[in-house]
Amino acid sequence: MNNLIVSPTALAFAVVLVVIALGINLKEKIGLERDMVVGVIRAVIQLTVVGYVLTYIIKVNRIWLTGLMVLIIIFNAAMNANKRADGIPHAFWISLLAIATSTLITILLLVLAGAVRFTPSQIVPISGMIASNAMVAIGLAYRSMNTSFHDQRQGVLERLALGANLKQASAHIVQMAIRTGMAPTIDSAKTVGIVSLPGMMSGLIFAGVDPTKAIMYQIMVTFMLLAATSIGSVIACYLAYPRYYNSDMQLTDRNGSHQS
Amino acid sequence: MTEPIFDVQGLGYQNGGNRILEDMTLQVEKGANLTIAGPSGSGKSTFLRILATLLTPTQGVVKFAGKKQSTYPKPIYRQQVSYCFQQPTLFGETVRDNLKFPFEIRNQNFDESKALAALDSVELKAGMLDQPIIELSGGEKQRVALVRNLLFKPQVLLLDEISAGLDVDTKGVVHRLIQSYRENGVTVLSVTHDETEIAAADNLLTIRDGKLEVPAHE
Repeated sequence: MNNLIVSPTALAFAVVLVVIALGINLKEKIGLERDMVVGVIRAVIQLTVVGYVLTYIIKVNRIWLTGLMVLIIIFNAAMNANKRADGIPHAFWISLLAIATSTLITILLLVLAGAVRFTPSQIVPISGMIASNAMVAIGLAYRSMNTSFHDQRQGVLERLALGANLKQASAHIVQMAIRTGMAPTIDSAKTVGIVSLPGMMSGLIFAGVDPTKAIMYQIMVTFMLLAATSIGSVIACYLAYPRYYNSDMQLTDRNGSHQS
Repeated sequence: MTEPIFDVQGLGYQNGGNRILEDMTLQVEKGANLTIAGPSGSGKSTFLRILATLLTPTQGVVKFAGKKQSTYPKPIYRQQVSYCFQQPTLFGETVRDNLKFPFEIRNQNFDESKALAALDSVELKAGMLDQPIIELSGGEKQRVALVRNLLFKPQVLLLDEISAGLDVDTKGVVHRLIQSYRENGVTVLSVTHDETEIAAADNLLTIRDGKLEVPAHE
């Protein structure tokens, strides 16, 4: 594992890469320089803090502490997914339930199958991977639902007018949102190995693990992410779509459209 | 006198600060053919949408067949009080997708022969069932949408300027179909700007500035 050491000098040189990206951004007037600087500073602070926290958690190896770390990851993921909800009522709680369920079910199955052990060094990184993928999927699904309920408002109204219940009136939008949410994970599963060599597999190979064993882990991760994004998107979408209606089974005005 | 199918008492509707309808009281008898006229923006469509439960009045009460609207499960009510849009949106890819929907929401298997007979009733050919909706003309779309509303006979048909923009022949087809439903006891309330339709109205009601100008009488 010694070949994995990145010295502070090496990291300082890597900053040059950020400067290049910033230079391009400024020259082309893309307007992302503030976000890039904030992103870099946050990444450094967050990863440094989490590095020390992980070292401590792995060292003390307590179940409650590992569980707490997983809950913090899930909470933060839900906070982030909520930002993509653009005003869907109760989106934080919906996201929390969806991400918690998808993460915990996936981890439980992996632990029961013996694929991972309930140790902080395995549970915390895997929870992070699952929760982050579920978060992205749910965020995309929310965006898709917001766009569709806005653009296809008339179609939804007509379905309601024909006597559809809320599920029947929204089914096409919910299906599209779930597809949109899962698309990156499915695309990634399709191209894994031929386009990308994912982080976990690359990390293991870097660390000197036999590539065939690293691949076995990556296959597990791919299946795990497919399951997690699927469970997360389905739960989030099915809990979110009724929020577009009022108690009289009418579409609400929250998308800025007007009923008259 | 039989019980009215709609009993509207002191109906008002306000959207934000805008008063769109106020103090409307009327009764509509079962089987009536009521034509609703009035200037654009006077609240005619809002009135129909309230009758269809697509909007909830902010004042007053609407009773349907003797019971308050709110007492009915909305899907059941809307299947009986069918609202047709001025510029309908068709669903899915083909005409078939649209005609399957009324069956799906009633948990019934699609009855192709019933769908074909319904298409025939608006002079659309059987081959149109699998035609992509993007290939349909405006008049064909309106007829498919009307068929979609009428595959299962409702008690009330609410027509929101459905013949606006249609050619004379298509209007004739649509009017004949609606007439046949009227003769079978369906109550029809239609909003229109068409002078010919207004002149031929059995029973005319005018809404102006959100108020009922002439109450309907049977």
